[in-house]
Amino acid sequence: MPAHERLTAAIVTANDDNRPALVPFITAGYPEPGEFINTLRAIAEVGDVIELGIPFSDPMADGMTIQRSSYVALQEGVSLEWIFGELEMAGVLGTPLVMMSYLNPLLAFGYERLAERARATGVCAFIVPDLPYEECEELRQALEKEGLGLIQLVTPATPRERLKMLCDASRGFVYAVTITGITGGDAGLPDDLADYLDDVASVAEIPVCAGFGIRGPDDVANVARHAAGAIVGSALVEVLEEGRDPKAFLRTLGGK
Amino acid sequence: MKSQLGADEARFLLEAQINGELPDERGRFGPFGGRYVPETLVPAFERLEEGVRRYLHDREFQHDYRRELREWVGRPTALSHAPQLSERWGTDVWLKREDLAHTGAHKINNAIGQALLAKRLGAKRVIAETGAGQHGVASAAACARVGLPCSVYMGAVDIERQAPNVDRMNRLGAEVVAVETGDKTLRAAIDEALRNWVTDPSGIYYLLGSAVGAHPYPYLVRELQSVIGLEARQQMISQAGGLPDVVFACVGGGSNAIGLFYPLLADDIELVGVEAGGTGDGLGENAATLATGTPGVLQGSYTMILQDGDGQVQETHSISAGLDYSGVGPEHALLQATGRVRYVSASDDESLAALEELCETEGILTALETSHAYAAARKWSQENPGKRVLIGNSGRGDKDMPTLTKYPARIRTHARA
Repeated sequence: MPAHERLTAAIVTANDDNRPALVPFITAGYPEPGEFINTLRAIAEVGDVIELGIPFSDPMADGMTIQRSSYVALQEGVSLEWIFGELEMAGVLGTPLVMMSYLNPLLAFGYERLAERARATGVCAFIVPDLPYEECEELRQALEKEGLGLIQLVTPATPRERLKMLCDASRGFVYAVTITGITGGDAGLPDDLADYLDDVASVAEIPVCAGFGIRGPDDVANVARHAAGAIVGSALVEVLEEGRDPKAFLRTLGGK
Repeated sequence: MKSQLGADEARFLLEAQINGELPDERGRFGPFGGRYVPETLVPAFERLEEGVRRYLHDREFQHDYRRELREWVGRPTALSHAPQLSERWGTDVWLKREDLAHTGAHKINNAIGQALLAKRLGAKRVIAETGAGQHGVASAAACARVGLPCSVYMGAVDIERQAPNVDRMNRLGAEVVAVETGDKTLRAAIDEALRNWVTDPSGIYYLLGSAVGAHPYPYLVRELQSVIGLEARQQMISQAGGLPDVVFACVGGGSNAIGLFYPLLADDIELVGVEAGGTGDGLGENAATLATGTPGVLQGSYTMILQDGDGQVQETHSISAGLDYSGVGPEHALLQATGRVRYVSASDDESLAALEELCETEGILTALETSHAYAAARKWSQENPGKRVLIGNSGRGDKDMPTLTKYPARIRTHARA
């Protein structure tokens, strides 16, 4: 089974259990590189899929929280090479991993090498926020060779024809951005969210996970009625920033 | 993605560029360029591209644009002979005076063009980024002129070193947003402007100030700045009696350089772009992207960037805020790869000395950015006596007074003996 299908399966399993898949996001190596694997293991006990953020110097789609975590991780020397090394040492987590990275660190690493290392360390798919569909062919092919998926993002600004194209191209799940904005917003989820998510779900043949602006149990419940999974990023990174227990926080949101 | 070109490919691409066939339909200048933007912005970029296609070469738009250039910007700008500099350097030196354009730099050519476009596209408000503040001032003025509200993103470091321009922007009715994230200079300002654009992609028009970023910006900005090279070419023929042997322009993102070079690509003229050499060759000591960078994707475009081995973009140093940028326009990356333009760098010190020399010989206080072009032209002149030299005098230096006061003038304050 290609790795991206394991990802889909994990989401379907959660849904079969009558709950949304919970997808926690952390910035790799934040706040303490030494705690990375412990944190990962802890959230793997609750999350159905883990989204691992690769720090980047110019996170243009991210709000203050993830900018800050990215900056600190880079200061601490976190790199893709280091992350793969840690994952190799950690061994099997049992929870599928997705990597979120801006394009340039992936380019610098080299696509083929990236796909090989990713497959070997339990990474099932990639999310690349500055790589629109029109530019993604080269990376998509390199990942596909190793059975890895490239997850496409759709947004409330995505026109109808484009939505179909992106959903068809996506592997693992479709990432539905809930708001027109950057990560970490606290303005709340938009009123017409349900219609939008229903729209995406009606077009997509694989599960749809919603992300951006999901901060607490109410948001997860709100999203769960219209999407297969909820991605929780900035709110979890803030928990780590404040030195609180990530597992306890995630338990308030659901999970396995 | 590739970045090296074979000899045949380089010839083919240069010819395509001269024939106006680049960027191609995918926004590529050979291997460089493209559109690497978040999905939320893709429809906005498609609308912009459609708007550019529809309006930029439309007769009515061109009529309005040319009238604004003539009656409001003050074009054509002068071509000045520099007799004393010529005598010192041993070459025949001519200056294309973009410092005489309204608001004091070439930036206004682009700003008024895009402001007119924003109006036609029905934008509710305009955002812009600025490094030296010149593009911010130009955008503020252009938005006031066409009647659109304007917010300018500016790094906190630049706000300090270009204080006079911050006040000018405010007086011209723009809101200046201080950017405290990232490197707090131009790159962070662009990131922050993009983040703001994502919040309202259909209502906001992003007035990008240099020939950088995702397609169609590098093309749009080049088209609007080409007026510099078109004028200079005619003026050289009529005033200097012929085309120059060599042309120098400073390169940060590269908008004034592409505007000056592009109409001269087919001529038998040596073209030299001058980057910021800062204080040394080490990573972080300069902003010489083409000279020392490697290919990568930054802020929407595949181009040469200053980065480490992990693909993390590096902070830069230059005495001039306008050149202090880790990337460069993708068309310059192609011009370097084909060998049509040579890119060199000038250090902070060389540029300061050049600034003083120009003040003393020709009575022109030029911008610190522009001074880099003078420093390189001066060196070139020593090895090429008797040649005809054209320098793109991209902007005036009044805005640099807060920086310049830290370097006391060496020349003029003689005590009388």
